[in-house]
Amino acid sequence: MDKTYKLIINGKQKKVKARAMDRLLDVLRENLKLTGTKEGCGEGECGACSIILNGEVVNSCLIVFGQLNDGDEITTIEGVGGKKKLHPLQEYFLECGGTQCGICTPGMIMAAYALLKKNPKPTHDEIRQAVAGNLCRCTGYTKIIEAIEKCAHKNSSPL
Amino acid sequence: MVRYFKCNSLTEALGLLADNETRFPLLAGGTDLIVQWGGRMPDGVIDIGGIEELKLIVQRENVVEIGALVSHATIIESKIAQRYCHTLVEACKTIGAIQIQNRGTIGGNIVNASPAGDTPPVLMAFDAKVELTSLSGKRHIPIREFYLSYRKTALKPDEILTKIIIPKQKPDEKAAFYKIGTRKAQAISKVVMCVRSKVHNGVVEDIAIAIGSVAPIVVCAPKTEDFLKGKKLDDKIIDEAKKSLSNEIKPIDDIRSTADYRRFVAGNLLGSCLNGLI
Repeated sequence: MDKTYKLIINGKQKKVKARAMDRLLDVLRENLKLTGTKEGCGEGECGACSIILNGEVVNSCLIVFGQLNDGDEITTIEGVGGKKKLHPLQEYFLECGGTQCGICTPGMIMAAYALLKKNPKPTHDEIRQAVAGNLCRCTGYTKIIEAIEKCAHKNSSPL
Repeated sequence: MVRYFKCNSLTEALGLLADNETRFPLLAGGTDLIVQWGGRMPDGVIDIGGIEELKLIVQRENVVEIGALVSHATIIESKIAQRYCHTLVEACKTIGAIQIQNRGTIGGNIVNASPAGDTPPVLMAFDAKVELTSLSGKRHIPIREFYLSYRKTALKPDEILTKIIIPKQKPDEKAAFYKIGTRKAQAISKVVMCVRSKVHNGVVEDIAIAIGSVAPIVVCAPKTEDFLKGKKLDDKIIDEAKKSLSNEIKPIDDIRSTADYRRFVAGNLLGSCLNGLI
């Protein structure tokens, strides 16, 4: 059974039609070709598929398309920054060595982005808590936390 | 083809549930359900996520009423919850991580009926009631009578859990929430516990102990509660209470922990709680 919703995806209005029971993750990747969002565990443990839905960070593997509503705003990593212009968070991830294999990075950035939108000057603990739902098997987290911390406290360009 | 019903009113959802043809699983936040489906989707779904009347937190004279569709994140941020049931806020903070807290609902956490659920021990310690609604009306039952056996609840096939009614914590009561997991976030508990107590000059006037992950359902510990009532807390009594609780619960060995560890830890948690009350 298909559903059609008028969504705002990365700032652009889009009418999207998809099967109601398809995971939002699959609709983003397969239907909309927004492959920046990754699938890790597929059961809400790892946060690799994190996106922002109406201002809140969520796991796109745990939402089916039917659960969306007209007017919903979705931000994926493609809406944060990319090759042409990196977002300050991405710059600091590069500078600090907060990314290695890269599979967790889009989700990690989305969780950090959601945090900084709500709380532009978070404490160390608040940062750790904000990315507690995102697993990284390479970095050991120290450099990721450092990147987010630097972005929050040193960056002067708009987030 | 999957039939997907998107309901914006309670009556609409109850009507679908009342009809054998359309009695499909209810979908709220989906954080447990979608994992349990694991890609093998049911023939139909009743999506109740749009029913606004179930998303309210209201305080009455002696109770706080929480709509079944209130998310864990909303409870964490709620001034009413922080003030009158802080242990519920603490429990919600330990559910998954922020991504799950933003989507998962308290009603879902209750009807999922996991023995390791994080909010049920708090609701049991506070003797909360749940409101179950069908087309023929509403009924209120104590959460302590809601869980029948492993993953079985008193919810009838045509009913929806609509509200949770929690007595406010009284000024002379203390409450504590404990969760032992493998890590702070994203952990399913090895032991999860809530203790509500009224202690005056070191004497236990009243106490309620509720524990998860130590039995097929979340349980209270009436023997240990009775042992403690009327006693003046000292090292010896606390030691006996720890032993009593360790013996009273019936945990199992499983992937997350062992029965022995759970008995030991449950006793210790009660011990540290009681020590804090002297």
